Amino acid sequence: FYLTPSQVNSILKANEYSFKVPEFDGKNVSSVLGFDSNQLPANAPIEDRRSAATCLQTRGMLLGVFDGHAGCACAQAVSERLFYYIAVSLLPHETLLEIENAVESGRALLPILQWHKHPNDYFSKEASKLYFNSLRTYWQELIDLNSGETTDVREALINAFKRLDNDISLEAQVGDPNSFLNYLVLRVAFSGATACVAHVDGIDLHVANTGDSRAMLGVQEEDGSWSAVNLSYDHNAQNEREVERLKMEHPKSEEKSLVKQDRLLGLLMPFRAFGDVKFKWSIELQKRVVESGPDQLNENEYTKFIPPNYYTPPYLTAEPEVIHHKLRPQDKFLVLATDGLWETMHRQDVARIVGEYLTGVHHQQPIAVGGYKVTLGQMHGLLTERRARISSVFEDQNAATHLIRHAVGNNEFGTVDHERLSKMLSLPEELARMYRDDITIIVVQFNSHVIGAY
Amino acid sequence: AARMFLRLLSDIQWRAAHPKWRRMTSSQRGTSTTAEPHPVSLPAQAQVVICGGGIMGTSVAYHLSKMGWKDIVLLEQGRLAAGTTRFCAGIVSTARPVSVELKMAHYSNKLYQQLEQETGVQTGYMKTGSISLAQTQDRLISLKRIASSLNVMGIPCEIISPKKVLQLHPLINIHDLVGAMYVPEDALVSSANVSLALATAASRNGVQIHERTCVSHVTIQKGRVTGVETDRGRIQCEYFVNCAGQWAYELGHSGEEPVHIPLHACEHFYLLTHPLKEPLSSSLPTIVDPDGRIYIRNWQGGILSGGFEKNPKPLFTEGRNQLEIQNLQEDWDHFGPLLGALLRRMPGLEALQIMQLVNCPESFTPDMRCIMGESPTARGYFVLAGMNSAGVSYGGGAGKYLAEWIVNGYPSENVWPLDLKRFGTLQSSRTFLRHRVMEVMPLMCDLKVPRWDFQTGRQLRTSPLYDRLDAQGARWMEKHGFERVKYFVPPGSDLLDLDHSKTFYKPDWFDIVGSEVKCCKEAVCVIDMSSFTKFEISSTGDQALESLQYLFSNDLDVPVGHVVHTGMLNEKGGYENDCSIARLSKRSFFMISPTDQQVHCWTWLKNRLPDDSNLVLEDVTWKYTALNLIGPRAVDVLSELSYAPMTAEHFPSLFCKEMSVGYANGIRVMSITHTGEPGFVLYIPIEYALHVYNEVMNMGQKYGIRNAGYYALRSLRIEKFFAFWGQDLDAFTTPMECGREFQVKLDKGMEFLGQEALWEQKQNGVYKRFTMFILEDHDTDMDLWPWWGEPIFRNGRYVGKTTSSAYSYTLERHVCLGFVHHFDEKTGEELVVTTDFINQGEYEIDIAGQRFQAKAKLYPFSSLFTQRRRKDEVELSGYQRE
Repeated sequence: FYLTPSQVNSILKANEYSFKVPEFDGKNVSSVLGFDSNQLPANAPIEDRRSAATCLQTRGMLLGVFDGHAGCACAQAVSERLFYYIAVSLLPHETLLEIENAVESGRALLPILQWHKHPNDYFSKEASKLYFNSLRTYWQELIDLNSGETTDVREALINAFKRLDNDISLEAQVGDPNSFLNYLVLRVAFSGATACVAHVDGIDLHVANTGDSRAMLGVQEEDGSWSAVNLSYDHNAQNEREVERLKMEHPKSEEKSLVKQDRLLGLLMPFRAFGDVKFKWSIELQKRVVESGPDQLNENEYTKFIPPNYYTPPYLTAEPEVIHHKLRPQDKFLVLATDGLWETMHRQDVARIVGEYLTGVHHQQPIAVGGYKVTLGQMHGLLTERRARISSVFEDQNAATHLIRHAVGNNEFGTVDHERLSKMLSLPEELARMYRDDITIIVVQFNSHVIGAY
Repeated sequence: AARMFLRLLSDIQWRAAHPKWRRMTSSQRGTSTTAEPHPVSLPAQAQVVICGGGIMGTSVAYHLSKMGWKDIVLLEQGRLAAGTTRFCAGIVSTARPVSVELKMAHYSNKLYQQLEQETGVQTGYMKTGSISLAQTQDRLISLKRIASSLNVMGIPCEIISPKKVLQLHPLINIHDLVGAMYVPEDALVSSANVSLALATAASRNGVQIHERTCVSHVTIQKGRVTGVETDRGRIQCEYFVNCAGQWAYELGHSGEEPVHIPLHACEHFYLLTHPLKEPLSSSLPTIVDPDGRIYIRNWQGGILSGGFEKNPKPLFTEGRNQLEIQNLQEDWDHFGPLLGALLRRMPGLEALQIMQLVNCPESFTPDMRCIMGESPTARGYFVLAGMNSAGVSYGGGAGKYLAEWIVNGYPSENVWPLDLKRFGTLQSSRTFLRHRVMEVMPLMCDLKVPRWDFQTGRQLRTSPLYDRLDAQGARWMEKHGFERVKYFVPPGSDLLDLDHSKTFYKPDWFDIVGSEVKCCKEAVCVIDMSSFTKFEISSTGDQALESLQYLFSNDLDVPVGHVVHTGMLNEKGGYENDCSIARLSKRSFFMISPTDQQVHCWTWLKNRLPDDSNLVLEDVTWKYTALNLIGPRAVDVLSELSYAPMTAEHFPSLFCKEMSVGYANGIRVMSITHTGEPGFVLYIPIEYALHVYNEVMNMGQKYGIRNAGYYALRSLRIEKFFAFWGQDLDAFTTPMECGREFQVKLDKGMEFLGQEALWEQKQNGVYKRFTMFILEDHDTDMDLWPWWGEPIFRNGRYVGKTTSSAYSYTLERHVCLGFVHHFDEKTGEELVVTTDFINQGEYEIDIAGQRFQAKAKLYPFSSLFTQRRRKDEVELSGYQRE
């Protein structure tokens, strides 16, 4: 049993989304041309989330991927809320005041974000009031704190990450009279999510990362070839600096138990994350909240379970590492992706595949026989291989889809193998997670002309 | 690299061979590009100037000079035979589906064979034979059809088994073959050398050849060629011949008055290899594998293989572009599928080493046939171009026909299928040409089944009813850019299947057309026939009548309101056009003729009508929508809509009257249907078209009215033995030969074109006779269907070919129409065909090699058809070509 190529395509393209920055007077003055995004589930339902929005009260565009674990509640909440926290953190004092006054007097609010969403990217209606109130509290505090200084993007990103995680934690502790909401905030807090967020404003690119999703810059060298530059550090056991950080933050006695089998306390893969209050709250607090919580929570073995060797919480933080990069004309695109992609593909291959996709196939140098000795058979073999490469490019109108096709379907020769692709995509739900992870990808394409003019 | 390559294909010894040529010093040969003064200046005048020194130009020069014309100058912008001719693969193949093309190729082959002896120039002529392979049964059928027509021409040709293929060519993989066609006399030449040989002979006959001379434009005054402007000065001339190959379009447009030559270049690739370890024999047959889209010939011990890919690359759309020319490079990725096909056909070649991939642009035309003839707008401006990559095969014959055309005023064969005047300005759009040639080039290899239509460049000319008809299930075909309905798919039928059916057998629209025919016979049908060419000729005095009386063979001095069917004949009595002419008033006439006559007929009349400002010829084709109401109830529908009696007493057959239909006044109603069935054609000013159509359909409902298409019309006209111009009739057919003597008034009291020739035929008899054949032992469901061009056998001997065929739903038999000749059994000389000769034979029709018994008839089955008419009223006219 095989899926036909068109069935494969309909699966791969189900979640694809593209956004082009609109042009004015035939010109796009933004440093971003647009972006392609897509996700392919392995879990059912998928635990990855993605977000993209343009800041309306400040300049810049926000893009992020979120990899949820222990359910999708936390990733969902972060995908809905984080950009508002960032946007608010970036707002100047006067704008904050204006917004607050508008809310106070019941006037229409200035729009803060313009979302670029796929129809499948939903927002929870029930929690919007609750979320809004938390956000409002945040900006009220920002107004009170008015430092008079201009907002630094790095600071803003860090503050927003930390503040949102804090709000998630607080909302779970306080609870909500509405039982649905009460259960929701608890699920959000007890599940977890990593976040990798990029903020692009002119040539200033900031990447804030918490966890093991990754941001990668695609750079075109002078000879036309492609190379990859990492714009984030994975927060996991492979990152020595992270292991060191953990050891610094906890007593020496815990040195051995902190990281076991490459996992935090032997349990958690990412070393930084939103939610996951089981790695943040004290044992007492956890017990109190679970006991007073709804039955569903009480009956859940996972929530009741306390991690072993749990002595000096918190073990986990949502604080991001922020990398600032000044965009250059050779920086052609940025890939944000959850670890589902990076597990299967090397970043160098990602850079090449996306680069060749975006620049079209012209990049395959035409073949010239010239003075070489080539036989008909050799030429035929070469052409067949080239055609396979090209045809896989032509099938996709979306760079993220194209990457997923390679990530799932690549054979040992680095070319997409339809048979393999078909097999991987027709795995039954319960098996899919064994062979692959959720994959979420955003490919942002930069406008070299604008960047060059800075 | 390309330049080096030229040498390889044509090892020319031309310095020694033609010392007489006006050319530059010998050191100029080769790669030097510096311009040196030309040793011989251009003449100030010449009778003929030919532009283009490729195979076409040199062939025209050769044949003109053979016919005794000496005052000829041939101009070549670069070097002789340096364009497409130089790069051409050099395959002379006679296996051509169109009869005149087949004859041209056959003649070319014979010409090239003796050319070396005649001129002393080595042409590389080698009779290798060719094998066309069939991977499918349908392909084999199409090869068998060609084989039948080659055999009756006396060209050896046989259908062979895959095993036999292997015996003839040991490298071929035959596992996927079902059969093949072997033409043993096909040949290979060096096309450049053939061209040089022709030039040599022409030069000896006095033709002046000037290389490196660029024609900038042609001057035309009062509709006649007067001279040529070149970069080396002006030459006055009477005749100009545009043989500029892929530049012919541009050259045509360079003057003040454009000459539209619809062709467009596409890149064409072929591969050359080094010799095999055991070099291939130069006598090994050429392989054509149309299902693999490739051809393969032996070349210097290795192979030369090219093909016609599915995704051609058109070029020079925006005109000549030096940059593009220089960038014509090998494109291996593009050639990949063809290379795959080559290795599948000859797997043993895997280890063969590549020498080069050659990119050589070829020009293609909108209908896959070449372009020759005189410009409709400029007398003396002739064209020969657009060879659809068969230039070598056609070169000799095409040059001969064009030379005859220039010298005699007409060629010795019916070349209408190739005539420039089959096109008009409407095929001249670059966008149209670009799109169309992208369809045409792959078609070179595609299976061509009966009644195929082009898919590109459509919906250019449409009737105002197009959308209405389309919404009712119309399926369309195109003629001269005009969309015409084939048939109407009833609601609920599987549309997809119908559109994709490709078959040599019974088509799946059979029952649909059958029910349309039935409705024409029993009730009433409407066919939109707006595409027909419509002219009005009027004058202040009697000029219109007098001119028309001279140009048409029937008597047009009839009472106002009468419609006359008449041929527009040439000097030899042959049909240049077949028309219905209504006398609208004493001094004005309305003339209906076939759709594709728009340019030809206009030119014919313009060139022959007196230059008199009081005589006006107007093309009113676009002004009228024509609705053909066919069937016994048409009279009821029309009388109810017009409140006028329409019965035969009040509105006899072959009558024309302006009347009101519904609210619309001034509708020109004619009691003809082009089918022999009762009914009317309504010529409606276009703004009333929708109104009248709606009224007719509403009123017709109670009489069982329905829409019908041209397939129904065709079946009706063929079973009634109606000849159609362009299909059955051509410039070499006279009314006497097709039973239309009654449309010729030899004694109408004044001279007319063709009169003398017809007199002679009347006295001496005719040498061919239009005959109707009813297939006897043909199973409509199981057997191959006839199409046209099938050989006719009388008592086992070939006597002619069919020109059209259709299934008659009335007779429940297939009907073929065609011409019977009488060849002397010993000498092959053509003898007079008598009625007895026709009636006393046993006939067979050969469909793709299978012969079916047929009954010959010289008159239609009038008894079978209900309507009775006076004999001279019988309507014998129609205008359609399939």
